[in-house]
Amino acid sequence: MKPLDPRLVATTRSVRVHLVVTVACGAALTGLILLQAWLLARVISGAAAGGVTAAVGAVALVALARAALSYGAEAAALSSAAKVKSELRRRLVAHVTGPAADPVTTDAGELATLATRGLDALDDYVARYLPQLVLAVLVPVAVLVVVARADWISALVIALTVPLIPVFMALIGWHTQDRTSRQWRLLERLGGHFLDVVEGLPTLAIFRRAKAEAELIRGVTDDHRRATMGTLRVAFLSAFVLELLATIAVALVAVEVELRLLYGQLDLETALLVLILAPEAYLPLREVGARFHASMEGVAAAERVFAVLDGPGGPAPVPATPAVPAAAAEIRLRGVGLTYPGRTEPALSGVDMVLRPGTTTLVTGRSGAGKTTLLSLLLRFTDPDSGRITVGDVDLADVPAEEWRRRIAWVPQRPYLFDASVAENIRLGTTDGDVEAAARLAGAHDVIAALPDGYATRLGERGTRLSAGQRQRIALARAFLRVAATPDAIVLLDEPTAHLDPETTALIRTAVARLLEGRTGVIVAHDAGWSMLSDEVVALPGCQESHFAGTSRQESGFAVIGGGAP
Amino acid sequence: MFGLARPRGARFALGVLAGAVATASAVALLAAAAWLIATAAEHPSLTALSVAIVATRALGVTRGVARYLERLVTHDAALRTLADVRVRVYARLAATEPVRRFRSGDLVTRLVGDTDATQDLLIRGLTPPLAALVAGAGVVTLSTIVFVPGGLVLAAGLVLGGLAVPLIAAAAGRGPGRRRTAANADLSTALVDALHGAPDLVAYGAMPAAVARIEQADAELTRVARRDAGLLGLGAGASALVAGLTLWVTLLLGVAHLGTVSLAVLVLTALAAFEIVAPLPAAAARLGAVRASGARLFDVLDTPPAVHVRAAGPVAAGAGLHIRDLRVRYAPAEPWALDGLDLDVAPGQRVAVVGPSGAGKSTLADVLLRFRDPDAGTVALDGVDLTSQEPYDTRSSISGVPQDPHVFTSTVAANLRLARVGATDAELSDVLHRVGMGSTTLDEEVGAHGARLSGGMRQRLALARALLADPRFLVLDEPTTHLDPNTARAVLDDLLAATAGRSMILVTHDLTGLDQLDEVVVVRDGRVEQRGTDAELRARPGWYSAATTLSDR
Repeated sequence: MKPLDPRLVATTRSVRVHLVVTVACGAALTGLILLQAWLLARVISGAAAGGVTAAVGAVALVALARAALSYGAEAAALSSAAKVKSELRRRLVAHVTGPAADPVTTDAGELATLATRGLDALDDYVARYLPQLVLAVLVPVAVLVVVARADWISALVIALTVPLIPVFMALIGWHTQDRTSRQWRLLERLGGHFLDVVEGLPTLAIFRRAKAEAELIRGVTDDHRRATMGTLRVAFLSAFVLELLATIAVALVAVEVELRLLYGQLDLETALLVLILAPEAYLPLREVGARFHASMEGVAAAERVFAVLDGPGGPAPVPATPAVPAAAAEIRLRGVGLTYPGRTEPALSGVDMVLRPGTTTLVTGRSGAGKTTLLSLLLRFTDPDSGRITVGDVDLADVPAEEWRRRIAWVPQRPYLFDASVAENIRLGTTDGDVEAAARLAGAHDVIAALPDGYATRLGERGTRLSAGQRQRIALARAFLRVAATPDAIVLLDEPTAHLDPETTALIRTAVARLLEGRTGVIVAHDAGWSMLSDEVVALPGCQESHFAGTSRQESGFAVIGGGAP
Repeated sequence: MFGLARPRGARFALGVLAGAVATASAVALLAAAAWLIATAAEHPSLTALSVAIVATRALGVTRGVARYLERLVTHDAALRTLADVRVRVYARLAATEPVRRFRSGDLVTRLVGDTDATQDLLIRGLTPPLAALVAGAGVVTLSTIVFVPGGLVLAAGLVLGGLAVPLIAAAAGRGPGRRRTAANADLSTALVDALHGAPDLVAYGAMPAAVARIEQADAELTRVARRDAGLLGLGAGASALVAGLTLWVTLLLGVAHLGTVSLAVLVLTALAAFEIVAPLPAAAARLGAVRASGARLFDVLDTPPAVHVRAAGPVAAGAGLHIRDLRVRYAPAEPWALDGLDLDVAPGQRVAVVGPSGAGKSTLADVLLRFRDPDAGTVALDGVDLTSQEPYDTRSSISGVPQDPHVFTSTVAANLRLARVGATDAELSDVLHRVGMGSTTLDEEVGAHGARLSGGMRQRLALARALLADPRFLVLDEPTTHLDPNTARAVLDDLLAATAGRSMILVTHDLTGLDQLDEVVVVRDGRVEQRGTDAELRARPGWYSAATTLSDR
């Protein structure tokens, strides 16, 4: 992890003005500190004998100016942090929602957290760490210049001790990093234990282990404490050395100045000036050290954002020769295969299949056989990495994805419903078409009519107001609205009745039959119960029920078993 | 919330003291150095200064050591308190068993987050203000000894800068904080909708509109955050103003009344003293954030138990399970979840409980597993009234697979031994064979929530646990849910083979394979509507025959 990631710094360029304001305020504050030290030294030493009143008055003015500049620095710093976060968030969203991203394999939960709470960690980096980093260079130099003009010996002591701080920090960090990262996994495991036990409480209760587990929690939390303290004892060392170096250096300067004062080699005003300024030389470096860990969380978040931005996504590559396939053309898959990035086993390989216009194909197979992947390819969520899909005489890859999807009516296995009205959930952005007619065809009208506000009822977060079967009918209504606009649309259905009770299943089958009537359709399902509605059955041979989740995507080629019921 | 830290009071006191010493010695260092220099200017003998020279050096070391000690001691005390709080929260949960709360994973995660937030609160919210109080008092005393009005001015400045400014800033920040929370929530919803609903949105060409909604929410959040930045800036400005003006007033008073040495000590003390109150604005802001999580935590600690032990009433005598006129509802105003249910299960009989969703099947399982009290009616096993027993005692005779059984982040063996402490490896291997997990090794790590096992294997593991517990009566609540039909069928076959000859209730929504059970009971609207063997019910008109016809089609 680099404290100054070039890409992150590049991102902060858009807030350069704000950062300049922050740093300018910081530099002006440094100037005021120097001025204040000079004023104090003059007043206390009596050097300002004639102008005491003016000097004291100037201290009040310095106080007012410092307050104003503190306000400016803080406001500008936080404001630029907000802007940087917004910019990164927009880039992230544009990338992962872009046409080139596969919406199915996107890790939505993690991305949503990253774009909100994850990016909040950047506050410390942008608002505190970056300006402090600039000040950590600026302030010691300014102090040194002023002190050197007054007393070069003290300046030499400061000049020799200030660089020790970063050197020691690097040495300690280098020494502790190894140890800390070794401890980290142990800490993570022990830290997760409490959540695991609380989540499993009903299970523990059934086996009469709930009360016995309480002592285990104490034991594990104590282990966690010991491990944490072991790490902290080392981690706090860097802060300890920092503080020690800074204060001992100040003490050194104080004693050295005092001795020379004692022997008359120095006057009181200079001595006081040096004494007041000496701590200021070390303060910004200590601040950088204190901000380092908090800001590194922000850097880590930014690195995750950049990793996502490096991944698939963004605007789709424009086909060299955009093609428009004929309506109701035959769709042919030849040797189609796909291996998802980061996986070794293909999700699909060597699929040959023909979807004839006006007929329905049932694709069956066990979990992990690649049924849903097949639909992803037909929806152009992703493109095959081997083989070809052709529509009539046009390669599907040459058809602009948005154009192609306008010809598809898709009913997913778990339709996503939005916290919006029922009507908006059916429309999904389209403005024309008869929502109620589509809902009636999908068998959803009675359900919707029974809701408090009918079609205007808000469905709540993720549509929690509706049962699985009702959600499926809303998804069917979407499909009916699509085929009303595009009568020769291709119908894709993914496990339309998985986990539904028999009554609902029957209702949905009736609606699906209506939807498929006279259209090209693909139904993906575990069981062969859908063969009545299909003209052809293709079985994808998946592996046996797997023991371990990690292997569930394994499969070994495909075999087209052939035509089912005519 | 701070009451939770009382048992560790001595350690926290040490931490506060060390913290106070650390900041006070930084101030004292500057004061001593000022005295030293101002005195040296009067050219006394070196011996007159030697004490102060040693003191200056010592203070330089003290500060670092005290700060290091403070950090270690307070972290240690906070982590010890965390252990106390976790045990207390867990013990309360174990005593009350609010199972409904557990059906929402978010609530559990938040509860654990709230528990662990106490650690942060104690480290950042408790010790810094107390240490500031002690150090502040010490520094003010020093100033007062030098010059009484100077001490008073410094005291006023520290109270203003350390108490008034942080509290006013925290109070002023509450309104914007709420606005920011609301804006954050809007952004989160828009993001979650667009990312989770991405397939639906992309397929229907609605993604651009969803992205526009995110950008709108983002713009609003950024606008609110930038307005807050101004407010927080005002807090920083006010702190700086108080510190600067305190210095000015000190100088103004001191110049008129004090000699060089006293003036130097007084002014440099005032200059350094504001480091004491520097961490307080952050502490005040944190206290506000923690208030909500504390309230939620105490809400859990105050929850009454879900079940009570009652005096044994008259119940049906005889071996087996006998349920009479069972009624349960979740709140006085809600409809009955179970509305006069009667059910008998003879010893060695295996019964499937089926019915549409919402019929009360899982409520029945909860009553049998003693997660919920009946509002009326009786439940007796072998002539003993279940409600007259501690749940702990009931579960030695009734146990099984709860809804969504939890798989712990550990090995297969550790997950099994929950059900029978001290089971031998041979016993564990044997039970794994019986549930169709013969090829699984005992020391296999299963991952968080058993993520490294497939869905079917997780359910089999839960079943193996129930068999290992070996209760007189088994209750299995939806053991094949979330499985694809082929896997569900395979798990059910293994389940039935392994439970032959046992008394058992199988709650399920899956109607395949039930011909292997002794009896099927159809529950609708909280009552038994039909009962008989699978074949009998298929032949008789009603919910079961209709539903099985549909699902076989």
